[in-house]
Amino acid sequence: MFRLFLASLAILFACLPANAQEAGLEPILQSHQEIIAKSSRKTIKPAIDAITASGLPQAQVMLETWAAKDMWMRKSDGLFFAGKRVEGRSYELTDFDTGEVIGTYEKSDLKQLKPNSGVRAMIGTALVQYQLTDQDRKRRLAALQSIQRDPEGALLEPLRASIEDETDADLKAQKQRLERLLTIGYDADTAARVAAVEEMSNDLGVDVRAALNPLVVTTRMVAPNLPTDENIAIVLEPGSEALSRDEAYDLLVASNLAAPRVSQDDIRTALSANIDRGRVGGVPVAQLNNETARTQAYAALAETGAVSALVTEADIDDALGKHVFFETYREASPTVTAAAEKALDHIEFKVGLNQTLDLLLDAISLASIYFLAAIGLAITFGVMGVINMAHGEFIMMGAYTGYVVQQFIPDHTLSIIVAIPMAFAVTFAMGVAMERLVIRWLYARPLETLLATFGISIALQQLAKNIFGTQARPLTAPGWLDGAWVLNDVVSISYVRIAIFVLALIFLGLFLYIMKRTRLGLEMRAVTQNPRMAGSMGINPGRVNMLTFGLGSGIAGIAGVAIGLFAKVTSDLGSDYIVQSFMTVVVGGVGNIWGALAGAGMIGFLQKGIEWMNPSNTLAAQTYMIVFIIVFIQFRPRGIIALKGRAAGD
Amino acid sequence: MKPLKSTLAGSVVFAAIATAALSAEDTIKVGVLHSLSGTMAISETTLKDTMLMLIDQQNAKGGLLGKQLEAVVVDPASDWPLFAEKARELLTVHEVDVIFGNWTSVSRKSVLPVIEELNGLLFYPVQYEGEESSKNVFYTGAAPNQQAIPATDYFLDELGVEKFALLGTDYVYPRTTNNILESYLKQKGIADDDIFVNYTPFGHSDWSKIVADVVALGADGKKVGVISTINGDANIGFYKELAASGVSADDIPVVAFSVGEEELSGLDTANLVGHLAAWNYFQSADTDENAEFVDTWKATMGDGRVTNDPMEAHYIGFNMWVNAATTAGSTEVDAVRAAMYGQEFPNLTGGTAVMLPNHHLAKPVLIGEIQEDGQFDIISETDVVPGDAWTDYLPESAVLKSDWKDLGCGMYNTETKTCVQTLSNY
Amino acid sequence: MERSFVAKNPSVLVFLAILSLFTLGVTILSEGFGIGVISTSFVKTLGKTLCLCLIAVAMDLVWGFTGILSLGHFAFFGLGGYMIGMWLMYERTRLIVVESLSQADIPPTPSEVVDAIGTQIFGVVGSSEFPLIWAFSHSLVLQLALIVLVPGLLALIFGWLAFRSRVTGVYLSILTQAMTLALALYLFQNDSGLRGNNGLSGLQNLPGVTASQDVVSIWFLWASALALGLGYMLAAWIVSGKFGSVIRGIRDNEARVRFLGYSVEVYKLTVFTLTACIAAIAGALYYPQAGIINPEEMAPIASIYLAVWVAIGGRGRLYGAVIGAAFVSLLSTWFTGGQAPNIPLGFHTIKWVDWWQVLLGVSFVLVTLFAPQGIGGLFDLWSDRRHPDRHCANLGPDDGALREKEAIE
Repeated sequence: MFRLFLASLAILFACLPANAQEAGLEPILQSHQEIIAKSSRKTIKPAIDAITASGLPQAQVMLETWAAKDMWMRKSDGLFFAGKRVEGRSYELTDFDTGEVIGTYEKSDLKQLKPNSGVRAMIGTALVQYQLTDQDRKRRLAALQSIQRDPEGALLEPLRASIEDETDADLKAQKQRLERLLTIGYDADTAARVAAVEEMSNDLGVDVRAALNPLVVTTRMVAPNLPTDENIAIVLEPGSEALSRDEAYDLLVASNLAAPRVSQDDIRTALSANIDRGRVGGVPVAQLNNETARTQAYAALAETGAVSALVTEADIDDALGKHVFFETYREASPTVTAAAEKALDHIEFKVGLNQTLDLLLDAISLASIYFLAAIGLAITFGVMGVINMAHGEFIMMGAYTGYVVQQFIPDHTLSIIVAIPMAFAVTFAMGVAMERLVIRWLYARPLETLLATFGISIALQQLAKNIFGTQARPLTAPGWLDGAWVLNDVVSISYVRIAIFVLALIFLGLFLYIMKRTRLGLEMRAVTQNPRMAGSMGINPGRVNMLTFGLGSGIAGIAGVAIGLFAKVTSDLGSDYIVQSFMTVVVGGVGNIWGALAGAGMIGFLQKGIEWMNPSNTLAAQTYMIVFIIVFIQFRPRGIIALKGRAAGD
Repeated sequence: MKPLKSTLAGSVVFAAIATAALSAEDTIKVGVLHSLSGTMAISETTLKDTMLMLIDQQNAKGGLLGKQLEAVVVDPASDWPLFAEKARELLTVHEVDVIFGNWTSVSRKSVLPVIEELNGLLFYPVQYEGEESSKNVFYTGAAPNQQAIPATDYFLDELGVEKFALLGTDYVYPRTTNNILESYLKQKGIADDDIFVNYTPFGHSDWSKIVADVVALGADGKKVGVISTINGDANIGFYKELAASGVSADDIPVVAFSVGEEELSGLDTANLVGHLAAWNYFQSADTDENAEFVDTWKATMGDGRVTNDPMEAHYIGFNMWVNAATTAGSTEVDAVRAAMYGQEFPNLTGGTAVMLPNHHLAKPVLIGEIQEDGQFDIISETDVVPGDAWTDYLPESAVLKSDWKDLGCGMYNTETKTCVQTLSNY
Repeated sequence: MERSFVAKNPSVLVFLAILSLFTLGVTILSEGFGIGVISTSFVKTLGKTLCLCLIAVAMDLVWGFTGILSLGHFAFFGLGGYMIGMWLMYERTRLIVVESLSQADIPPTPSEVVDAIGTQIFGVVGSSEFPLIWAFSHSLVLQLALIVLVPGLLALIFGWLAFRSRVTGVYLSILTQAMTLALALYLFQNDSGLRGNNGLSGLQNLPGVTASQDVVSIWFLWASALALGLGYMLAAWIVSGKFGSVIRGIRDNEARVRFLGYSVEVYKLTVFTLTACIAAIAGALYYPQAGIINPEEMAPIASIYLAVWVAIGGRGRLYGAVIGAAFVSLLSTWFTGGQAPNIPLGFHTIKWVDWWQVLLGVSFVLVTLFAPQGIGGLFDLWSDRRHPDRHCANLGPDDGALREKEAIE
């Protein structure tokens, strides 16, 4: 009897939130036990609402624990606790209400609650009211992020209230901005909204557009007469560009204002349902293998009333004439929509400009990657005239050197600083060895150099596979290269890409310096122009060739480190770049570093340009670019910057 | 001299036949058709090792039908035509009773005509695009409705995503999957303008523009989600660029269908934490069977190795085949196939997988969040989903049905009540 | 006194004899027509190898005799395969579709048949419409013509553009490589209308043929052998006449030939286009045996391998190309097939699957450096011909003014 009493008491507790409040958080949680355990965004709302409505101070801790996946349920009685792993599979549980440790449990006795990110976002929104005025700056920032992700009208008031007391200048600015955005969407006063819209119309942020765009969303509608109580955006004429006849009629059909058209499929289905002793509508079944016969049979059926009649063009015209087509704003206030449209027009124009700028930055970045990949080739192929198909593999070796160095030096900054000269050394040695052993025997036979170096290329690639495996290896950029340089929400470029651009510039300078200002450069130019003459002037052509080739290969190795940083390190990394690199050099003009630069620039800009025109298919961009290059070569066989006079050789 | 010679020759021939017959008597041959070299070796070698491990385990348990199992491993070298050649070799030269193999769809399409011509039996362990049902293939990986559709539902219901970016590598699996998803999303009321589709080549590395496009999708105030069928290495650059542009999983969640434990094992996962993947199996599944499976795998292959979804598919497929052969009392293909329908075997993630008459499994679908350590935190598990060979979300295939048990047809048109074809049209 | 073509080229007769003996031998040993010693899959491998020999002959003609190192001939090979593949797929699917539609209550309209074929073929890549390039796929005759016409036209246009603007040497090689890459990338796209990465598959099943693959594989072996024999004779005839002298002249010194009044461009263009057509025919015979064609087959690396075969076999002699293609591709099959025994070294076991590529690459370098005559050079040892030690330099006016014929004898 006593037990029964207790049980009914418990039920009473669960039913009365007012009582529960005195008892703490756990009863509230228990009254929503099932949905909390399930943690689905679709059902969780009542639980979160109840928790925040309780006004209990421990609710904040509880919600934060829950969002951090640190809340556990004891399987034996379904109670919720904050859990902390002690060791192995045992966890220490803490009561939310009392803050006391209630004991250590095995994992098998517990169930961890894992709210998905949808639920976490809702928890975050619920936490906003606590966090906006929290002491901890991080929490206040988290609150702002939550508002940003899920703007809600209810958050406007607490946000406004918190601005006054905000001490951190940065956060204060953010809060003010958010307040403006929420005002646009949720303020009751139309004038305040219009004012906010106008105030933000110079801002390029995605969030501003995200606040404005929902205001100008329209719905396409049809009615016998134009309604007067709607905020109408535009009246459409059927048969115009904005609304074709077919679309208009489909709209009528969808609004149940006209009969649907009868398609060939419908005709076939109707015919096969009405076969009568080998005939349909008087036509023998065997003759129904063309559309005319079928239409005829269907018309016969329609006359008997067995099927609905065909919709003729006249029917369509008639139906279209009887109705008005228009678009309405979902937002009721015409002043707000007008202000939003105007602001958006203004923003769109600026966004367009900035997108062009962003595209330009992307193109420059791509061009500098191509340039970096091709600069070594510009030396070996451009200056020496040696076709080195293993150039890509030198890039790969550089990238792998970077990876290996990172295995030994865990500090990313230091490892990159070590990796760059290491990569140069490795590929320089490799290049010198290759020149001495293979290439110097083949100077007179360029086509065979191509094939021999190709042999080296496939051997090196397979060796890399044997040593490092086919799996991509991570080459992690130092922390200060993470992230991106953000000009505004439209224009941004990652630091790694900027670093590559800078590296490309450095190499350009280095190359020019070596070629124009050093003894080696002078000898190189002499040997490539006329080896015999250079030889008789006391230059050792063999040695110079060796050094030149080593230099080109070494630069490829450094390029490999850079490319590995922004993409991936795999054994076929090099073959991704080899054809493009040759293109760069050939298009730009052989024998001239400016040519390689021009070539890389042209290819980079071209590829981004084509991508911009056809954003859903990146592959097409590459195809058309190559076709363009093939055609371009026809008209400028010597490339953009062609050497003239004796230097052109041949 | 002459009689002696012929006797000698005769006895040699006899001996050869005898040994051949003996070896045929002694073992049951299991073909393993996975690339051990070339671009796919990275994924497929693991599956070969899994098969060898499973066969060893079975032999330790006493083999099958009183005979030992013998693995016949061949290397089709990631070369699609070579798959067909090697499959023919397995079936006619080595005379295997069953083949476990293939990864890419194109390799499966290459093998199909050979398997059907010679009435072989293939277990295909990888998630795929569906729209196929062969009498001679059991699909133990996920069909689109067992991976893509539940993941999309999760996006719609749990994350409240209203705008979708479908990013994929340009080949058949992403193409078909995205096609199905587009049609599915439209049925769910997502407008055409709210679906952004992009295809990139294999190994694509220049992601800055695509990521910028995806971020810009958020401009109309709708929550954006990315459904990624990006394959292999290209994922690395994609996630790196995503992280560089400051987009977190809370802003724009990414669910990937081709990123598993094996793919993550070579990656710095710090950038990826919180992004999602949908599979039928994760190594982090907390069951005793899985703990044992993972332990055996690590003991065989080394501590650093991970398990993944296609491995579980082979685990289930192989055990089902063993049980079916035991039931049928023979490894003859038609008998085994008849015994396969309705076979049940416990999943490593808990529950039981059932082989359906359409040659697909009924399994629950899991969604996991990527963690720092390269493992997945399972945050959602659906009820058991029966695999569907022909998707319900494309008009042409919605009317099609596969039922090899009762209808004896893999492409049955339920509207016209006719069997479109019994052999596949590759 | 004019000697006959055969008398001037005894090697052609020898080659044809060996080829027919080989074909006969394989037929007798095959499963389809003979005693079943050679498995059908190996017959297919041999048949495919014959096709590769044919494209190697074409490559030798264009590189070994004319001096144009084309790294794009596999593009033509692949195009040929696509052209025949389109008909094979269309016709096979049509038979299936007509069969299944005939079970319906109402006979299908022609457009329904075409739509159903489209759905079947393009269903895998999420489409159902026939792209424009399939316009002729219903007709075997037209599609057979296209096997030669499409690659031929492509070669003609590309060659005309390239030779007209005097792109030569390595530039031309890189340009041809770019062409292959562009074509492969284009075909990789689904929008190209040839099923993207999946390509065309199931090509080994000839529509309407019920014979087993054991028999079909032999038919293809015969067809490939016939094509190789004819192609070889054609190539031998071309290089033996005056035309042959001119193209060899172009190889050795293009400027001189031009100054002698020959239209170098026309000669080069003829050879380039002709070899493209031969390559396409080889491809059209190859892919029905392989069963599947996809863009990966046309990747630039395939064409480079082709050059490798010819170089290893020996440039400038037709039988060298055949030997090179057969030797390297069969060896490659053997090594990558896992049949080659592993070599344990104690610290590391050499698995040929992993090391074959390295071996190939290194041996290629060695052949280029030390045996520019390739395997074919062995025949010179046997016939006691000597090459002067030229330190790898070219023949020509700068290097002692020896003509090749003098240099050899």
